[in-house]
Amino acid sequence: MDYTFQFSEVLEDLPYLLGGAVVTLQIAFIAFWGGAIIGIFGAIAKVYGRESVRRITSAYVIFFTNTPALVQIFLLYYALPDAGILLPPMTAVLIGLVLNSGAYLTEILKAGVISVRRSEMEAATALGMSGLQILRFVMLPHIAKTIYAPLSNFFIWLVLGSSLAALFGVEELTGRAINISTTSFRSIETFTVVAGIYVILTIIASTSLALVGRWAFRVKAKIF
Amino acid sequence: MFERLLEEAPEFFNYHNMIFILEAMGRTLSMTVIGCSVGLVCGLLIAVLRQSNSRTLIPIKFIAITYVEIFRRIPFLVILFIVLFVIEPLMPGTSLLGIATVAVCLLSTAFLSEIIRAGLESVPPQQIEGAKTLNFSFLQTIMLVMLPQAWKVILPPAAAFIVMFIKDTALASQLGVIELTFVGKMLVNRGFSPMLGFGAVLICYFILSYPLSRFSEYLGKRLASS
Amino acid sequence: MHHLEIKNLSSSYGSKKVLKGVTLSVDKGEVLSLIGPSGSGKSTLLRTLIGLTPPIAGQVFIAGQPIDYNNKKNLKSLRNHMAIVFQQYNLFQNMNVMRNVTISPIKIKKQSSEEAGKQAKLLLEKVGMADKYDAYPEDLSGGQQQRVAIARALATKPEILLLDEITSALDPEWVNEVLDTIRVLTNEGITMIIVSHEMAFVREVSTRVAMMDDGQIIENGAPQQIFDSPIENRTKEFVSKILTH
Repeated sequence: MDYTFQFSEVLEDLPYLLGGAVVTLQIAFIAFWGGAIIGIFGAIAKVYGRESVRRITSAYVIFFTNTPALVQIFLLYYALPDAGILLPPMTAVLIGLVLNSGAYLTEILKAGVISVRRSEMEAATALGMSGLQILRFVMLPHIAKTIYAPLSNFFIWLVLGSSLAALFGVEELTGRAINISTTSFRSIETFTVVAGIYVILTIIASTSLALVGRWAFRVKAKIF
Repeated sequence: MFERLLEEAPEFFNYHNMIFILEAMGRTLSMTVIGCSVGLVCGLLIAVLRQSNSRTLIPIKFIAITYVEIFRRIPFLVILFIVLFVIEPLMPGTSLLGIATVAVCLLSTAFLSEIIRAGLESVPPQQIEGAKTLNFSFLQTIMLVMLPQAWKVILPPAAAFIVMFIKDTALASQLGVIELTFVGKMLVNRGFSPMLGFGAVLICYFILSYPLSRFSEYLGKRLASS
Repeated sequence: MHHLEIKNLSSSYGSKKVLKGVTLSVDKGEVLSLIGPSGSGKSTLLRTLIGLTPPIAGQVFIAGQPIDYNNKKNLKSLRNHMAIVFQQYNLFQNMNVMRNVTISPIKIKKQSSEEAGKQAKLLLEKVGMADKYDAYPEDLSGGQQQRVAIARALATKPEILLLDEITSALDPEWVNEVLDTIRVLTNEGITMIIVSHEMAFVREVSTRVAMMDDGQIIENGAPQQIFDSPIENRTKEFVSKILTH
């Protein structure tokens, strides 16, 4: 095989690719926080809501966690025009990812809320704390500690999962790699570099999250 | 939108399309099953390798750890492309399904090796010391003591991972593999309403994923209590 | 010639130096008990002897032969002559009692399963667990598990038996049955080193008692001497603390 690896061409494109990495992070960020808002409501609904509310929330969670995000977004992107709603690719991807994340985050946050109910509530009530005090001093710190690790992992998962946006033409990291490889002949090098950027990105993200976790929440997590 | 759905439904649900969809489901499943089986075997080898303290194995250990830490952190889509670009010139004519399955193997090995490693490390150290003082060899310790105890910790997350992968295989459609998502796109391109096409595909994924995910939850509960 | 001779043995646990030059000798058939405060290195001494914690200085001789703890073959042969019972989680949880006691003879000593089975039944009778041979560890009490652990150690026909605080993790109701089992063994001529907090028992069965503190042997003598008329101050302190109850 007479193919010589030429990474120098790819290095020229590095700034372009790094720009894509920024978009990747933006997508992950929006999907995470959008999903978190849904997740908070969903968790509360599942733990404290009436039977009917719990059922609807469960149906939502079950549907979105048992079907691929890609197809969910296809549905949004290709089916809505029939109803007159034309979504630009990025918007469709973001809405799809937010809805998808919301389902997973509902479950993570629900686990956090449940983890407190049993042990400490009784002790706090016995000590005569008011509802608001219980919330602030007992529930929230405990929940924060419990959910921090799963939430961090989910964010990292989103950073990697955002790559499907490329399939809709969004120019995040993978999208830009595809762009480059269609015009140059250096596909392997391009994607290898992009793989490397993802690895570095996720290592930085998980290390930072672990450090913040140790400092802010006293959550003991592996730094690497 | 819904009128169109009702109009097209009878034509959509004809014999040909149903066979098509079923074959595609078969491909989705086979990618997942074959890929994750290879992942389990290779993951087990890597996890066992990492338990060993032998000096001669250190370079291989290092390669294995690097492999796991890297492939855990690359999106499946990117791995698909890389495998495609590597295999195509080397072995032209390899089916896209094969290429996608190789990508599944690479990713699942990385993740499953971590799950198995966590399981092996959950065995109390005294069990391993007991084996040592009874003069068990490294392999005897793993086979007779560690694995029989670790599998209960390994099975639930491993099952959950495999079920999750069923959904990830949807990305292989973009490579051209004629799996479930690809079939959805094809049918929509043929003129069926996207609601119908993708809706049916979503339901098929649901049929594959939900029972298995409930089963793996049930497994988790059973094994946790024992 | 002493059965077991330890000269100036030092070892660390992690980064901490735990054993700081231990010198001790044990004759064949002796029952030596190690007493002393927590952290004094008693368990570390046993772990070092059996090769779980490598020594950083000093030497160990068994029947005059030096032991090279860095040599795998040496370690294997050492463990054919020496066995240890730990404080807890001794038995292999995934095997029943019979399998626990026969697995080493079958897989390591290459005995036939009939031979190993016969031997196991005898040993289990000796420790009083003959009727539980197909039970799993999770179905047994702590005391029952420890008795099976002793049988398992004896199945390897060791000349030296190390017992590392084997009653310390047990509920009080199970302690006596295990002590009774050990009492029987002390009359059979196996060389034993026992680490224990059960002072009355130690006093009763030991031929010698050694007091350890801070990684060193402080005093070493007959049980009556150590308990009734200790010489060293630290021994006096320790003995008075534990005996005034």
